[in-house]
Amino acid sequence: MMLEPHFTGDVADLPTHKFGPSSLTWWGIIGFMVIEGGFFMLTFAAYFFLMGHEQGWPPEGRQAPDLLAGTLFTIVMLLSEIPNTLVKKAARAGDVPSIRLLLPVMVAIGAVLLVIRGFEFNSLNCRWTDDAYSSIIWALLVLHASHLITDWGDTVVLAALMYTPVSHEGRRWVDVDENSLYWRYVWLLWIPIYLMIYWVPRL
Amino acid sequence: MTDIRADKLVDMVEPRSERERVEAENRRLAEERKKIARDGPKLKGAELEGRLDATWRRPPGIIGWLATVDHKEIGRRYIVTALLFLALGGVLALAMRLQLARPDSTLISADRYNQLFTMHGSTMMFLFAVPVMEGVAVYIIPLMVGTRSTAFPRLNAFSYYMYLFGGLMLWFAFALNVGPDIGWFAYTPLSGPQFSPGKRADIWAQMITFTEVAALSAAVVLVCTILKCRAPGMTLARMPLFAWAMLVVAVMIIFSMPAIALTSGMLISDRLVGTNFFNAAEHGDALLWQHLFWFFGHPEVYIIFLPATGFVSVIIETFCRRPVFAHSVVVLALISTGILAFGLWVHHMFATGLPRVGYSFYTAASMSVSIPTGLQIFCWLATMWDGRPRFPVPMLYVVGFIVTFVIGGLTGVMVAAVPLDLQLHDTYFVVAHFHYVLIGGAVFPLLGILTYWFPKFTGRMMNDTLGKVTFWMTFAGFHLTFFPMHWSGLLGMPRRVYTYPAGLGLELPNLISTLGSFVLGTAVVLFVVNGLVSLYRGAIAGPNPWGAASLEWATASPPPVYNFAHIPVVESSTPLWDSDGELPVVTGLRVDDKEILLTTVVAATPDLREPVPAASLWPLIAAIAVGIVFVASIFSPWALAFGLLPCGIAFAAWFWPKDLKRTPEPVII
Repeated sequence: MMLEPHFTGDVADLPTHKFGPSSLTWWGIIGFMVIEGGFFMLTFAAYFFLMGHEQGWPPEGRQAPDLLAGTLFTIVMLLSEIPNTLVKKAARAGDVPSIRLLLPVMVAIGAVLLVIRGFEFNSLNCRWTDDAYSSIIWALLVLHASHLITDWGDTVVLAALMYTPVSHEGRRWVDVDENSLYWRYVWLLWIPIYLMIYWVPRL
Repeated sequence: MTDIRADKLVDMVEPRSERERVEAENRRLAEERKKIARDGPKLKGAELEGRLDATWRRPPGIIGWLATVDHKEIGRRYIVTALLFLALGGVLALAMRLQLARPDSTLISADRYNQLFTMHGSTMMFLFAVPVMEGVAVYIIPLMVGTRSTAFPRLNAFSYYMYLFGGLMLWFAFALNVGPDIGWFAYTPLSGPQFSPGKRADIWAQMITFTEVAALSAAVVLVCTILKCRAPGMTLARMPLFAWAMLVVAVMIIFSMPAIALTSGMLISDRLVGTNFFNAAEHGDALLWQHLFWFFGHPEVYIIFLPATGFVSVIIETFCRRPVFAHSVVVLALISTGILAFGLWVHHMFATGLPRVGYSFYTAASMSVSIPTGLQIFCWLATMWDGRPRFPVPMLYVVGFIVTFVIGGLTGVMVAAVPLDLQLHDTYFVVAHFHYVLIGGAVFPLLGILTYWFPKFTGRMMNDTLGKVTFWMTFAGFHLTFFPMHWSGLLGMPRRVYTYPAGLGLELPNLISTLGSFVLGTAVVLFVVNGLVSLYRGAIAGPNPWGAASLEWATASPPPVYNFAHIPVVESSTPLWDSDGELPVVTGLRVDDKEILLTTVVAATPDLREPVPAASLWPLIAAIAVGIVFVASIFSPWALAFGLLPCGIAFAAWFWPKDLKRTPEPVII
């Protein structure tokens, strides 16, 4: 026998979007961040595990990666947080014109970063087949490159969507807000990787 | 940092008339919003149910079948597929038992036997045990927490298709004699390019990628559903123990499965493009594989076991007619088991030669995990002691579970001690141990809970007499199969060897094991027969045939496509026992669009209304695109580069709204 409903309240006036931990997608994104963070942490663990077997790091006869491309990448990436913060603020304010202006800027910055990343691969001074050191250095850079490409593709699609009428819906502003949150994660994760690829071999 | 505001930039991008147009549009939509139909005292009963049914029903036909995002359909497919893989894995086990029934048997060649035990282990772990638990959760959790859908139902559909494709790939490869033959753990260097030429190891590694993508997606779906979609009033303290168990399990999946996905990726790249992660000649290390594998592999055991403890709590509560004794202790035990599980992986590596400190630390850690598990068992016993237990079939499986699991747990504490482990490592004693904990600890509760929730899934009861016969055959068959393995293990019989010589005293225990395995196999067949017959002939169940307390029983059996006509409100941890014939509900969700209620994470107060995505083929298309890339990348690294675009298009189309017109309230189409 089914129970009779007993009406206790009404939720019709609740909003359909909120920023931050109230949002369902915010939790989804945090979930995927932890997953990707897991990949990176374990790669870091593998890096130090393999490093522990060596007499020197980089192993004797190898040169540490050249600094120029990686450092340039790091500077551009850190600077990208300025427009990123602006997009995030515009999203929270529901300021569609500013979002329309700034998301393409983020797309352009992402494209520049991908080009610099290409040069980075060229300045590692090793091929992934050389030895375990080379393999793990390449693994770090490849993993972060895939992180970058994914987020860049995401930003391109979102930027295009913001030029359609649905850009005036609050839920799209939440998307933009969370996209900016994700970009922060991409550059935050880069900092330890930058140190591990370019500076730990110089210690 | 400067704040760029609309009034500074607006004239550059958007003419003033555009802004006015948007504001006029906002006003018009606000007017239309007032006319939207919502459930409530004026819209209830048959009329409401008819309209909700029309809204939530997926499109008809094969396209609609493939495009469905209904968690009940996806959960059912997950369960049925996982049970089919259980049957396949079981047939392999019977084949191995036939081979081992007599010494020096030549029934199966060494090479085939290697494939058999690898396929058996991989199928049971990756294609049966984890997916079946997730499948049950995907079906039940939204009902149990009182909502109409999982979070991210399209991701849920994608997860199922990835799992299915991974399983099909593995079994097609096996049928073509390219089945992996490196053990379910695929240790390097055996699985590396030097000792495993051909594609067998790659098939294994890529099956891992498929199933990990699936499991991780489902884990995110479950975490978000449990944290954000609970009925108002279902605070974390009132949340059912099965939901707690699945929350812990989903978080464990999120933390552990990247390890296996990463390391199987490293293995493929060692084999395909010549990296040296595991190549000792170039300063790589085979032990790196073991560390990464067991960092996943040990939590995996609890990922399989903890959902089963959730099942046990559910069954015990219902059939003892009282809430589980010390609810908060059980929750804390679940959480601490989940945390401890990440500190034990090295006990699988005692035989690799570790530092002495490592021996002591991981022995202590391994023994300590028996404390929270023991606490849970004592809480269940106390519940039975204090309650009024009845013993229908699900409860029999619980008793069978407690007996069997305690034996398995005790042998676990034994092999946690290094000196004994070094003697027993790689013998049948270990095989006996982990089958006691995995079959006793997970499969018994699973069979119990399938019997228990069968009326919810199908609307009909399973046959009780046949169920009892099945239980006793399962129980007897299990112990007949696996108890003698302790004995053959102590006599020194090694695992993963296709035969043994006569005259070592191994004949009798092996023959008994083989006989037992066929009893167990027959019991499984009986279970399936009972299910199939009951599907058509079983007694009609009604909404709550067991007199249970949790919300999945507050709706019809099987549940309507929208789960609940009104969203229930929870005032205790056993809502249906405290309901006095009425179900408190909240109203106000849209009737002609799919919508659910989101609540806050801890206190479960109403927070947001959330549109639910319409059925869509894009998750399937995305899974096909990703699947082609995964399979192709076994053969060429360029697959990843060329695959990027089709996968990107599929995911973008999944996200992209199919109609760019604004609507009064958000919809996801």
